[in-house]
Amino acid sequence: MKVEQISIFLENKSGRLADVAGVLAAAGINVRALSLADTTDFGILRLIVDDTVKAKQVLKDNGFTVGRTEVIAVEVEDRPGGLAHILNTMKAASINVEYMYAFVQKSGGNAIIIFRFDELEKAIEVLQQAEVKILAGEEIYSI
Amino acid sequence: MIWNEEFETLPREALEALQLKRLQHQIERVYAAVPYYRNKMEESGVKPSDIKTLRDLRRLPFTTKEDLRLNYPFGLFAVPFERVVRIHASSGTTGKPTVVGYTKRDIESWAELMARTLSAGGAHQGDVVHNAYGYGLFTGGLGAHYGAERLGAAVIPISGGNSKRQIMLMQDFGSTVLMCTPSYALNIADVMKEMKVDPASLKLRVGLFGAEPWSENMREEIQKRLNIKAIDIFGLSEVMGPGVASECIEEQHGLHVFEDYFIPEIVDPKTMEPLPVGELGELVFTTLTKEAFPVIRYRTKDLSRLIAEPCSCGRTFYRMERITGRTDDMLIIRGVNVFPSQIEHVLMSVEGVEPHYQIIVNREGSLDVVEVQVEVSENIFSDEVKILEKLGKRIEREIKDLLGISCKVKLVEPKTIQRSEGKAQRVIDNRKL
Repeated sequence: MKVEQISIFLENKSGRLADVAGVLAAAGINVRALSLADTTDFGILRLIVDDTVKAKQVLKDNGFTVGRTEVIAVEVEDRPGGLAHILNTMKAASINVEYMYAFVQKSGGNAIIIFRFDELEKAIEVLQQAEVKILAGEEIYSI
Repeated sequence: MIWNEEFETLPREALEALQLKRLQHQIERVYAAVPYYRNKMEESGVKPSDIKTLRDLRRLPFTTKEDLRLNYPFGLFAVPFERVVRIHASSGTTGKPTVVGYTKRDIESWAELMARTLSAGGAHQGDVVHNAYGYGLFTGGLGAHYGAERLGAAVIPISGGNSKRQIMLMQDFGSTVLMCTPSYALNIADVMKEMKVDPASLKLRVGLFGAEPWSENMREEIQKRLNIKAIDIFGLSEVMGPGVASECIEEQHGLHVFEDYFIPEIVDPKTMEPLPVGELGELVFTTLTKEAFPVIRYRTKDLSRLIAEPCSCGRTFYRMERITGRTDDMLIIRGVNVFPSQIEHVLMSVEGVEPHYQIIVNREGSLDVVEVQVEVSENIFSDEVKILEKLGKRIEREIKDLLGISCKVKLVEPKTIQRSEGKAQRVIDNRKL
């Protein structure tokens, strides 16, 4: 029910994002989804890749600070109100979204949204009750 | 264990009598042998015969690094050159290096003092001493080496650098005692982690660290990460090299000054007046037995205070508090005196923060702006922006609380702050004053 995400600390200077991409490319790692949080001085790059363990290792070997976090991936119908339904469910349960990012599947069907909630287990329970489709890690890594 | 029970536990009265006798003899010899010192004493209106008590020491003029530079290279040597058997020199990052010489007897004394130092740190015959102080003109390497041999330990004269090889030999040779700068000890800990070597699998038991100022927090970090006891040792080449003062393993609190060889004083760095025992000021040393390169009231520019309370280890020598900074490392930020060690102290008190930091001072308009760069290790990294920002703010607030200055904490990627295999550069002052 949970998806592994890696995050990378990046100083705000030119070329660092390219360095990360280069390291992953050289290791033959495929990026499934990503988002970049930026502040004045630094950024946090969050990635979902096809091989989390290997990606973390090659990035560490290249001197990056890498973290691993569990996030939730949900499938949302590609129609108005799809996202609102999920967020309202969370609001009703007083669960806070720390961050989220979305991507659309290849087939052009439904959208996939990656969520980081402050209460992971509770969020899963609430989403299941609301009959929201939660994707397993394997489904995302192999898209 | 106490290496020289007779001298290291002398009752204060007997010790002071010995100091006075040695001081009088030393001053007479220097006056006769070194024209530069004789002239300075004459200018101050003091003669060797005026030294009647230890208190009269304060009548003698100070010696500074500038005096040593003016007499480059051998002008302050107090013996005929054919009696000199060793020459060392400071790194001399600005201008000419500071040159010091040793007679055969000076080398003997030095070995004795370093054997005392090692012994105070819990080392003994049968130990394998991994000596990663630099060998060469720097006094650290050879000073530690001769002391370890005198102690009867087996010395590995590995010198600094090539940390991977250092660790391999620690494993293969079963090193029990590590000697290097504290920042290099942390570098070794980093490399061990990279190599996936568990410090607990090594035989290392104790480390004797010196040659740069470090903090109590840094000690805890080293002790935890290398699984050893970390002992602070002190010395400077102008006075002799390592072996001027050392902590005992019993207390690890304050460094016993080997007072039968050196007289320590604490003076006010501005007025140059001697301060009472217990007050913070500039550390000043007078050598009592040195033949080739004696110094009289040498200003170290190191800040410390003396501790007179008896120590549980049994040594009667006064202790000097660990060096808290240098009079010339002192930054004046918007009128506030700041020592890099104080900022280090704050950083190390924050869980997970590593002691790799750099302080950058700029002047914007007429205002001093301080940036403290802190490396983000896995321990403090988070995928959430707010947690990292909160950490930065917390450090800023603690620096403000403790030092009374506002600064900006900048989180940087690991290994971006230059690692030094010798002394670490902590401050970059870009102000053009």
